[in-house]
Amino acid sequence: MNITVLLRMVPDVVEELEIAPDGRRLDDEMLRMILSESDDHALEQALLLKECLGGSVTAIAPEASEVNDALYTAVAKGADRAMKLTGLAAGGSTTVLARAFARVLSGGAGVVPADLILTGVQAHDDLDGLLAPLVAHHLGLPHVSIVTRVQVAADRKTAIVAREYPGGVHGEFEVPLPAVLGIQAAEKPPRYVPVAKVRAAMKSARIEELDQAAWEVPPAQIEVLRMDKPEVSSHAEMIEGTPDAMALRVCEILDARGLL
Amino acid sequence: MGTAADVAGAAAPGIAIETLVRLPENKDILSCIQCGTCAATCPYGESMKYPPRRIIAMLRAGLIDQVLASDSLLLCVGCYACMAKCPRGIRLTEVLLPAVKEQVFVHLAETPAELQKALENTLRYGNPMGEPSRKRAAWVKTAGVPIRILAADPRPTDVLWIVECQNSYHPRGQDISRATARLFHALEIDFAILGNEEKCAGECARLLGEAGLFETLMDYNIALFQKYRFNRIVTSGAHAYDAFRHLYPAMGFDRPVDHTTPFLARSLDRLRPRLTRKLNYRVTYHDACCLGRHNGFYEEPRRLLGAIPGVKLVEMVHNRVNSVCCGGGGGGMWLDTYFKSRGVERLSERRVKEALATGADVLAVSCPYEVSRFEDALKVLGGDSRMVVKDVVELLDEAMETGQ
Amino acid sequence: MAIWIVAEQWRGKISPITYELLVLGRELADALGVPLEAVLAGSGVEDPGATLGKADSVLYFDHPLLAEPVPELQAKAIAMLAKIRHPQVIAVPLSNVSLGLGSLLGAELGSPVVNFCKDVRVREGRLEACCVLYGGKIEATVAPQGEPVVLGICPNARGADESHVRPTRRVERFSFPLEPSPVRFQRYVEPEAGDVDLTQQDVLVAVGRGIQQKENLKLAEGLAEVLGGAVCGSRPVVDQGWLPLSRQIGKSGVTVKPKLYIAAGISGAPEHTEGMRNAELIVAINTDSRAPIFDIAHYGIVGDVLDVLPALADEIRARRE
Repeated sequence: MNITVLLRMVPDVVEELEIAPDGRRLDDEMLRMILSESDDHALEQALLLKECLGGSVTAIAPEASEVNDALYTAVAKGADRAMKLTGLAAGGSTTVLARAFARVLSGGAGVVPADLILTGVQAHDDLDGLLAPLVAHHLGLPHVSIVTRVQVAADRKTAIVAREYPGGVHGEFEVPLPAVLGIQAAEKPPRYVPVAKVRAAMKSARIEELDQAAWEVPPAQIEVLRMDKPEVSSHAEMIEGTPDAMALRVCEILDARGLL
Repeated sequence: MGTAADVAGAAAPGIAIETLVRLPENKDILSCIQCGTCAATCPYGESMKYPPRRIIAMLRAGLIDQVLASDSLLLCVGCYACMAKCPRGIRLTEVLLPAVKEQVFVHLAETPAELQKALENTLRYGNPMGEPSRKRAAWVKTAGVPIRILAADPRPTDVLWIVECQNSYHPRGQDISRATARLFHALEIDFAILGNEEKCAGECARLLGEAGLFETLMDYNIALFQKYRFNRIVTSGAHAYDAFRHLYPAMGFDRPVDHTTPFLARSLDRLRPRLTRKLNYRVTYHDACCLGRHNGFYEEPRRLLGAIPGVKLVEMVHNRVNSVCCGGGGGGMWLDTYFKSRGVERLSERRVKEALATGADVLAVSCPYEVSRFEDALKVLGGDSRMVVKDVVELLDEAMETGQ
Repeated sequence: MAIWIVAEQWRGKISPITYELLVLGRELADALGVPLEAVLAGSGVEDPGATLGKADSVLYFDHPLLAEPVPELQAKAIAMLAKIRHPQVIAVPLSNVSLGLGSLLGAELGSPVVNFCKDVRVREGRLEACCVLYGGKIEATVAPQGEPVVLGICPNARGADESHVRPTRRVERFSFPLEPSPVRFQRYVEPEAGDVDLTQQDVLVAVGRGIQQKENLKLAEGLAEVLGGAVCGSRPVVDQGWLPLSRQIGKSGVTVKPKLYIAAGISGAPEHTEGMRNAELIVAINTDSRAPIFDIAHYGIVGDVLDVLPALADEIRARRE
């Protein structure tokens, strides 16, 4: 079973995000990039499927700060190949990326044809669209998003996937393979990989580069006028003191509202 | 001294132990007489399926794989109790256990979630809490004394003070840092800190078996140390002390390293006249594992405490070399959920019971993990109205006329 | 020329977010001086105009294949209509049910898609959308170019209530051939029946990661008990297995409007607050003073839930005596 995972680096919100002087993009001085959380789950799901069914996992990501760490970590966790898309415009949009991935996945460029393409259901900078449905659309492949479970049939020709709906309800879908799945959560949390293994991967693995510079990118249809930190229009009235003093105050509030 | 990772390099996991024990400096390991003192001394000895004695027996029997497949070694908190008592002087906590645990990690079916998060955070953010590096020196603003940060002012300094993670980010740790800064200032020590550039020393991760994480941090720290000019390191981190003092020299870093407690003890003559406020406390001192058993600093903290007017020292039933670990070292700080699920008592609770039995008002500590762990335990045991936990430097600061 | 909103229908019911889109769509349509049309793609819907009367008319695409919740088919159907009717804007809900629809529509029509819109306005004759990025840490104001523009609208972009639900007779029906999708819907799987219907509780004590471990749930249970309420949780707590799925509040869980919602150790990520922000009284407890939950709570406590929850329960018990 050949599984390809599409990974993306997104701004790490643990470090406070600042806006660049031109007011239209993030300031990259203190900016750190981290693997998008649901992409990490997509990778984990791919590895779980490989453990079950055999085959190979290929991880592909667009060039970005700290992407090499993410790709070597993927290899250390069990991915067989790591590839990087270079030559894409910085701060690339999801629609542009989807076309680039679709190009690379539709044969040639030494990419193994995939039976299953997994990626995170969405990234928090998907301003102009979601990757999974767009890649599926360009490749003419079926797609299901918000997936939390993947069961590949014995003949490897179809999979039953569970997709999330509101209220804790799941929908089950049968998808013929190859297909694109937008993963919400892997069946197990993303595994830990000892740093020594990642360091070993850095020495022994090679990240193959797929240059996209030759491809023309259509002009952007969305203009970012400005970026702001959200104005907090309201804020809680803060209660202070020792836990007992605060408990007293909260009880007064609840009492006043007849909630006690 | 080699770490398992040094030896293994890119070698397949699982053979590193056998190779490791054959290194000349480790040949003692196989000289074990199977007396079992290690297991008897281990605070979790009753629950530990593979204490050092059994590990060595399994090694000799060619059955080390069984040990590696067990998760029981996650109970080892790296407290040096076994190593301190081993009649053969085998370097258990320093060498054998981290090497075994490194392989256990590789074989673990599932890493406990809290531990995984702590390790990933340490790698990514340089601290196990996952706090941004930009906030590492935030405590400096309220210290009340000037503190030089090398990135902003790279002039040479005598002392490079490595503050450590807990003491940078945790509210109680920050209390300790501020007290330390005031003490350094009172002693007119020429010191500076790394501020936001400072990262974890990774020694707890190493004891846990994450040699790769330790090495990554060591690479970073050594490069960072080369950026600035200083004569010595003084650190508030007991585990960090071990890393800088015992492991960094092999990588070419060989400047003097001290922990704040013995460092202050050496300046006691100059400090004593400043300790003018009388504190009428009965104080019991908890010997930290790294400082005590591993490095022999038993009397220094006691001398400091004894110099505070009004302080009466009482000893717990297990003191000095027999001290009971707070349970935080060797990864224990992030394995409380795991320990609970294994049904073992938290070591911090066991220790606080001993402290309460002395009738002391104050439990004095000198390792960053201990304050929050013992305060939690006091709450759980309902003893928090009878006793408080304070770091030795906090007590010194309190006794200073210009202290808090 | 028209503003379109895509009505979301799931398991036979029009989703509440549809009415929020109608309120927003009405504003945009009035600002641009064009009609507002609600588009519904479904199968065998007897009265498509039953509740969508806030729109000037309803365009209903009927096809048996649209009984199945497959976004590709919906996108194809709506795209067909768009190619005939040329709307300026197509607003789609960002919900678990409709996720992906916006992107597919954009791809079908070669249109720009603006995702994560929390607000859309007309400024100087052109559309401006305010989009939520990086989990709510940054807002981007963007101007899309092209026609139609597909807008993905976040929940709670506008308030909507029963007053926005009314019938209309102006329904146009369409049906064109649709190729079946290779994705075959099989069935729904309900969550394990919980003993408690969270939507019927007056008081909810919700726990998040701040509860730290499963044993600490009893602190929340203790408080819920003295308040006569129930315990629920955010996604991380359910993912860990500390609470069953039926107790999850938020995007993939339940939306509630209790009289009292105590958010204990919950940071306030949009996926959670979406499910509880309209509670009458929200009291939040978190160790991080900058946790987003404090932006929507009425009262906030910066503290450790492990201290505050028992203190609160004790105080309430004491008062009862």
